[in-house]
Amino acid sequence: MMASTNQTARTDGGRIKALVGWIDDRFPLTKLWKEQVAEYYAPKNMNFWYYFGSLAMLVLVLQILTGIFLTMNYKPSAAEAFGSVEYIMRDVEWGWLIRYMHSTGASAFFIVVYLHMFRALLYGSYQKPRELLWIFGMLIYFALMAEGFFGYLLPWGNMSYWGAQVIVSLFGAIPYVGDSLTEWIRGDFYISDVTLNRFFALHVIAIPFALVFLVIAHLMALHEVGSNNPDGVEIKKVKGPDGIPLDGIAFHPYYTVKDMVGVGVFLILFCLVIFFAPTMGGYFLEHANFEPANALQTPPHIAPVWYYTPFYAILRSVPNKPLGAALMGVAVVLFVFLPWLDRSKVKSIRYRGPLSKFFITAFAISFLALGYLGMQPVTPTYTMAARVFATVYFAFFLLMPWYTSIDKTKPVPTRVTYHAH
Amino acid sequence: MRTKLLVLLAALAPVAAFAAGGEARLDHVGIDVANKPALQRGARNFVNYCLGCHSAKYVRYNRMAADIGITEQQLIDNLMFTGERPHDTMRIGIDPDQARRWFGVVPPDLSLIARARGTDYLYTFLRSFYADPARPTGVNNIVLPGTAMPHVLAQLQGVQEAVWEGHPDAQGNVQKQFKEFKLATPGTMAPEEFDGFVRDTVTFLEYIGEPARLQRESLGFPVIAFLVFFTLLAWALKKEYWKDVK
Repeated sequence: MMASTNQTARTDGGRIKALVGWIDDRFPLTKLWKEQVAEYYAPKNMNFWYYFGSLAMLVLVLQILTGIFLTMNYKPSAAEAFGSVEYIMRDVEWGWLIRYMHSTGASAFFIVVYLHMFRALLYGSYQKPRELLWIFGMLIYFALMAEGFFGYLLPWGNMSYWGAQVIVSLFGAIPYVGDSLTEWIRGDFYISDVTLNRFFALHVIAIPFALVFLVIAHLMALHEVGSNNPDGVEIKKVKGPDGIPLDGIAFHPYYTVKDMVGVGVFLILFCLVIFFAPTMGGYFLEHANFEPANALQTPPHIAPVWYYTPFYAILRSVPNKPLGAALMGVAVVLFVFLPWLDRSKVKSIRYRGPLSKFFITAFAISFLALGYLGMQPVTPTYTMAARVFATVYFAFFLLMPWYTSIDKTKPVPTRVTYHAH
Repeated sequence: MRTKLLVLLAALAPVAAFAAGGEARLDHVGIDVANKPALQRGARNFVNYCLGCHSAKYVRYNRMAADIGITEQQLIDNLMFTGERPHDTMRIGIDPDQARRWFGVVPPDLSLIARARGTDYLYTFLRSFYADPARPTGVNNIVLPGTAMPHVLAQLQGVQEAVWEGHPDAQGNVQKQFKEFKLATPGTMAPEEFDGFVRDTVTFLEYIGEPARLQRESLGFPVIAFLVFFTLLAWALKKEYWKDVK
């Protein structure tokens, strides 16, 4: 820097330092920054799969921001909801962009969260000492499913209406209290203006509030135990004389700059959908939802949005409704118990044996296959296929204590594998 | 609750059977929503032939005029007939109760019909009316059998008759299956000319389904270009920082 500008730079820097000092005396600003970001040491070998956590945060922020602007123009009433969405699409300045960001964001949220969860399965990230971190994550996932479900009713299209009708009616399968429970959820004898109004309240206040709280808890738990990595090695076990893990690098700047690349690639894909295929051929915005809710006419084929279809396929594959609903619930909740179902001595798939590799591959295939089947109309062949894949799905969890304890494992190194580029 | 579900399932059964039985084959309509002359012809067709019974209540006249490339005066002179103002939306005066008495149903609003049904569906539907004396309107439709809609474009297309062929099914019963149309009475337009007329109308319907589409696609390119640039920059920055990581 030139000598003449040095003087001003120093005074400006001095002023900022003074302001930060003033804040630090009253609020742990610098302390938080250091603990959570600048001096949070993450393993240096985190790979492609580790982009999806920060991306999920990005999508959460996008959903909240676009949601605020949608709420300014949306009317949560059966008479006006459908029209107000079209008003946003046509008459509100940039309304179409905000709405497409929000609708595409919903699908994007589930894509990144599913990949984030699969990462945890691959590298055993749910294992000790990260059980609570995993449970907070699962609670986030449940909240997200509820958020998506409540939000889907709001456009008040015909698929919104009948989708909500079918899902709420599932609670009727619960013995004794079922009928009263569905009535209590709807606030009416059928999906009505009352239901729409309360789903709106849950979608814009209750669930987002819970989501943000859970995300904070998830991050606090993560930063307490430290990040796992593709080798499943605890980097805290090998520390340098300065107390910093030898295989750890500061989250900022190393992972902030790395995550920026992930953000860039993600936004390219996200914007390709928003600008060139916002309905994704009927998968992100369903065709039948461009017709207003009609209590007298069902859409030709009711299917939930793609992110629920694996579980919907399980529900439909069971001939008995209460049992189907129960199995669907179990299929979702089973993830919570992974830390205790997994008896393997090693975390990462890299050092696990053939049985574990076989089961995780079979699980991934059956999850995708069930997702596909859940979107298709019911035929005997598809129902049979759904039963096979559902069996594989449950086998992955229920046989886990067995196959992880007898499976051969490879020795885990003490340090992470990393090749400098 | 249980009874309600049974009713729901019963209501779904014929729909499912219909879906499984195979829908009519749809003709592909290649349209370009950026084609302004086609949009202008489509707008003319729409206000003359559709807007009598169907509203497009989310479509604002003056925004439509600007998007399809005509002036407000041209809009008022050519496309507005009943004293609306240019900033009004395309509503109609038809009374729903009377419409129900005439047709059995209220003609649906067409603002979003292209998004709900698809352009191929509309293109095929509008060209698939055939004479059927059993129907109150004298016509039926291959794409939507039993439709309440009369053949509004009969004067232009003429009257078609459906040719059927028999296929014996597994039980040996002969199933009537649609083969092709035969033009019984020619209309004022040649068949290709009529196809073009319907294509323009469908182009307009696709446009009113999502007026922001033109804006959306043209904005998409600079946004993606910027993001590619940003990502390359971020990647270079990452490489620079990660040189330290051994």
